[in-house]
Amino acid sequence: MSLARLLRREASLAWGRGGGPLVALGFYAGAATLLPLAIGPEAGRLAAVAPGAAWVTLALASLLCLDRLFERDFEDGALDLLLLSPAPLELVCAVKCLGQWLATAAPLAVAAPVAAVALGAESRLAPLILVSALIGGLAFVFLGGIGAALSLGARRGGLLTAVIVLPLYVPPVIFGGGAIAAFASGLPWLPGFALLAAYAASAVALGPLAMAAACRNALS
Amino acid sequence: MAAPAWAPTRRADGRRPAACGVPPQAAGLPLSAAKANALNMALAPTFLTNPDRFMAFSRWAAPLFGMLAVGLAAAGLWLGFTAPEDYQQGDTVRIMFIHVPAAWTCMFAYFCLGGASLLGLVFRHALADAAAAAAAPLGAAFTFLALATGSLWGRPMWGAWWVWDGRLTSVLVLFLLYIAYMALRGALDDEAKAARASAILALVGLVNLPIIHWSVEWWNSLHQGASVFRAGGPAMGPEFLWPLLLMALAYTAAFGALWLVRIRGEVWRRRAVALQLREARA
Repeated sequence: MSLARLLRREASLAWGRGGGPLVALGFYAGAATLLPLAIGPEAGRLAAVAPGAAWVTLALASLLCLDRLFERDFEDGALDLLLLSPAPLELVCAVKCLGQWLATAAPLAVAAPVAAVALGAESRLAPLILVSALIGGLAFVFLGGIGAALSLGARRGGLLTAVIVLPLYVPPVIFGGGAIAAFASGLPWLPGFALLAAYAASAVALGPLAMAAACRNALS
Repeated sequence: MAAPAWAPTRRADGRRPAACGVPPQAAGLPLSAAKANALNMALAPTFLTNPDRFMAFSRWAAPLFGMLAVGLAAAGLWLGFTAPEDYQQGDTVRIMFIHVPAAWTCMFAYFCLGGASLLGLVFRHALADAAAAAAAPLGAAFTFLALATGSLWGRPMWGAWWVWDGRLTSVLVLFLLYIAYMALRGALDDEAKAARASAILALVGLVNLPIIHWSVEWWNSLHQGASVFRAGGPAMGPEFLWPLLLMALAYTAAFGALWLVRIRGEVWRRRAVALQLREARA
């Protein structure tokens, strides 16, 4: 299977099966709705936390999509077939993550500025939130894939994935949230944004190695 | 029938075999691990890789480290409690002698965990895996100690039990990594798969730990910066530096002693499992 066809398969499976990105978007909207109910609807207080809340909720929403990444293929044997394919498993894992990013992280990234503005963030923040959500989504998917691959075959795999992945989500959450907060208050935001991009790039480069090792271990 | 691999056998040339302490099946090793073991003998520090030698070594090394820890801690605490009060912090400065070595030790424990995981993953060595499994709860305990004593120190000094500051948060994330490691290890039924999966996680954490550390340091920190290991020498008087260094050595020795005891327990457990399997097969 050529990698382009694999990418199309992964993206269409993530898009089409079980509601696709709509479920993730629904979770995202629901979690963002809970926030003003929990901390009170005063506009000033909400506006102060809106970009950060949109960012954290994005991390949680991409966390919940991870169970679709390897689990089904592991159960129905497709992962064994992919292991036998001529392409190295590292590349296969990277393509799977890329498909996941196209099908769920990108729609979530489009929803992130909408949620932030709805919560009361200034609309001039929207482009930066969109771009950093797109880049941060890469880091979320490629790091989350490690957790999803490691917890293959485990009891309570979903909860375990979250426990594994959340500590690894700390740097992108800090860098992205810091860049947006700095931009909002007129401070230099480029360093945080550059660090977010660097972290995402290293996750894309190194994550597939760990994912492939974890998949081989689960299939052994 | 060949002797089981865990039995202390000798080869014809009189050298001890490079066997693991348990049968390959019970230790979760694929039988092709003999090749990896040969590589292991060639590359890894070989003295303690033989479980028999390790058990003989740790039998006296663990109590020795333990006594060393008790002696050093007694001396460090004596010096610490007889040290003059700090002109700024008063009596609470003595919390430092409990808190700072715990914070150092929890980092050290993670590097031990990562190193043992690397050896276990690359050389498929059962003892390295046992060492990794034994280090994680200890590291988590030292991390918890650092967090708890730091919180007790923060209340009188900063007026808050907890602040979301860089140093505190990075230690908290380290604690979460230990929790994730132990959770993953406990959640997989197959011991071999659990060992390899958690080793991969430990290495991912090892790569991420400096980044997490820097990323949280990126915030403005309320915690004081490094005051012992810094350019231009330590920034504290010898009456505080001596007990601190003694306590640091005591904590390291205590970690070593507990680690050895836990590895011994793990080896005994695996031997017991191997014996049970043999009984069941007979």
